[in-house]
Amino acid sequence: MQPEELVIISGKGGTGKTSITAALAECFPSKVLADCDVDAADLFLVLKVTETQIAEFQSGHVAEIDPEKCHHCGHCATLCRFEAIVSSKKGYEVDARACEGCKVCVNACPHHAIEWKEAFCGLWKESQTTQGTLFHASLYPGAENSGKLVSFVREKTRKKAVDEGIPLVLVDGPPGIGCPVIASVTGASIILVVTEPTPSGYHDLERVLVLAKHFQVPTYILINKADLETSYHKKMEDCAAKFGATVIGQLPYSPLFSKAQQKGQSVLTAFPTSPEAETLRSIAALLKQKMKMS
Amino acid sequence: MKIAFSTSGNTLESLLDTRFGRCSQFLILDTETKDYEILENTQNLNSVQGAGIQSAQTVLKTGAEALVTGHCGPKAFKVLHAAGIAIYLAENRPIHDLAEAFAAGKLALLTDADVEGHW
Amino acid sequence: MQIAIASGKGGTGKTSLAVSLFLANADRSRLLDCDVEEPNCHLFLKTRFVSRSSVERRIPLLNPDLCKHCGKCVEACQFNALAEAGKAGILVFEELCHSCGGCSLVCPTGALQETPLKMGAITRALVAEKAELITGALAIGHTETPTLIRAVKKKQPDPEVEFTLIDAPPGTACAFATAVEHADFVLLVAEETPFGLHDLKLTLKALQKKGLPFAVILNRMRPGFSSVQEFCKEKNYPLWLQIPESRDIAGTYARGGTLLDAMPELQESLRLLLDKCAEELLCNRRN
Repeated sequence: MQPEELVIISGKGGTGKTSITAALAECFPSKVLADCDVDAADLFLVLKVTETQIAEFQSGHVAEIDPEKCHHCGHCATLCRFEAIVSSKKGYEVDARACEGCKVCVNACPHHAIEWKEAFCGLWKESQTTQGTLFHASLYPGAENSGKLVSFVREKTRKKAVDEGIPLVLVDGPPGIGCPVIASVTGASIILVVTEPTPSGYHDLERVLVLAKHFQVPTYILINKADLETSYHKKMEDCAAKFGATVIGQLPYSPLFSKAQQKGQSVLTAFPTSPEAETLRSIAALLKQKMKMS
Repeated sequence: MKIAFSTSGNTLESLLDTRFGRCSQFLILDTETKDYEILENTQNLNSVQGAGIQSAQTVLKTGAEALVTGHCGPKAFKVLHAAGIAIYLAENRPIHDLAEAFAAGKLALLTDADVEGHW
Repeated sequence: MQIAIASGKGGTGKTSLAVSLFLANADRSRLLDCDVEEPNCHLFLKTRFVSRSSVERRIPLLNPDLCKHCGKCVEACQFNALAEAGKAGILVFEELCHSCGGCSLVCPTGALQETPLKMGAITRALVAEKAELITGALAIGHTETPTLIRAVKKKQPDPEVEFTLIDAPPGTACAFATAVEHADFVLLVAEETPFGLHDLKLTLKALQKKGLPFAVILNRMRPGFSSVQEFCKEKNYPLWLQIPESRDIAGTYARGGTLLDAMPELQESLRLLLDKCAEELLCNRRN
């Protein structure tokens, strides 16, 4: 059985995506979790985690100049499009952070002085949590391209679900619409967009919906902090309709989310009888229906 | 003719892997002789982008004229389509079942150019 | 001087602060919206459009008459952007291309020539007919965020002003690193929550690696929450401005207003904030 893959994204950051992911996680009895917000992986803060596996993540390659062999001809620096080859007093060097791993310099060096080394961009982790297995990762500060790490975390999570016959993969996606987001929605069976009724929230919602439509994934929208400004609701409904998406529910502007965060818990655990918890449970039930899960 | 199936198993009893770009291997079946061979797709599993494109080229090199898989992304579709390989979509059933369905003309041919995206 | 406004986590109020700083210092600053995946500054400003230019990158274009199907380009491409498609020849997938030029370089027959492809746009606009807003917007589906950020920062604006404010993208990855690169000072906006503290720590790690001077701006302060304040105190990190959690500010923001609209009394503090950045820069130069 292929597992269903629910990916939660937001476009704009700070809409409450991670808090909502943590709460929804509790509504699905059997799942594997992935935190693909590798720039700011916060999901583990509200789940009690024990790391069971941790390893460096290799992502592509990076060029490295051997100073012994370098004849200082500068051919590599002329060819590099990424400003990754810098000349210093010591001769030419590769700025590993700027290097995109295109191998042009390696192939072009007349003296074969450039080595092609495996690059490491961060750590990936497998953890046991109160909500089942969680795969997460952290990028090394300033590291290149978290899209690669996102794909990797997604793959690990999917494989675990397939191997153990777990019916659901639940992904806390990254903010934005760039490479990490594309990597996190690739292969999704359903997308939940957590938005907020603000100019940025609305602006980014549209951009995210364009992306979701491109991937032809059924998309649902949850309006968080909905009571802040109700004039957006109609606009958001219209925008959803334009891209074939559906508004599935709304939550109020509520202090309970940060209070739960402070306790290191999800809203469902911290305030199980609150209206917020009730709404989240009903949204989870709707999502289950959409995914045809019992 | 030769047909390629995406799979994670090694025999005709194995199930179809509905992913194309990131399936672990291909089973290439010769419909006349009923012989088959297994082709690893491990390089693609590790590739950071364009796994489907690589898989498509792998299938191309086997000389297969048809591919049976569960889902084919726009880029892989473009390569396979350009190379004249017919793509059939199926569920994760045993390969021998699907081979029969193929022979009986019961598999859905993917012709929809709509899957082509602009990135 | 260049001042980057950054935050690890999204939604900390970074853009609202950047726009408010810009408005409070409209006579002596310009704003670069380098959050190119989600450029939002213009949503909070009344601007007059001045000009727009597109940013291009180069992608290979195949001349089938010259192509001998040798496959060297496919082998050279590290990004799977080129594919051999049997009788159809070589296919180019521009969306996967990183514009490194490697394929054109190895092609023995000159069949791959590079051609420009639009990846985004840079817009210049004026606020109150004097202060300049420069916005970079990545075209949807393109992933060359750092390239576009570099282009926005290189855009030579006029006239010369005292402060160039940079609204940096969230996170600590390559986009963030590119935006804060060469900044003289970084203002870090953090939220007074456990997520906020965790993300602040990550951002600090990335900043300290670059050795950039910084100060923390604390947003959404609320009774009973103090983890970020305690952390700054313990580490002796400068905490320059504290903004309370308020439904008023959130509501103003939702209606397209800024922090300054909700709290006009901040005007003076926001001017002093930039003066302070300038002082720090002078001190650092002297030392």
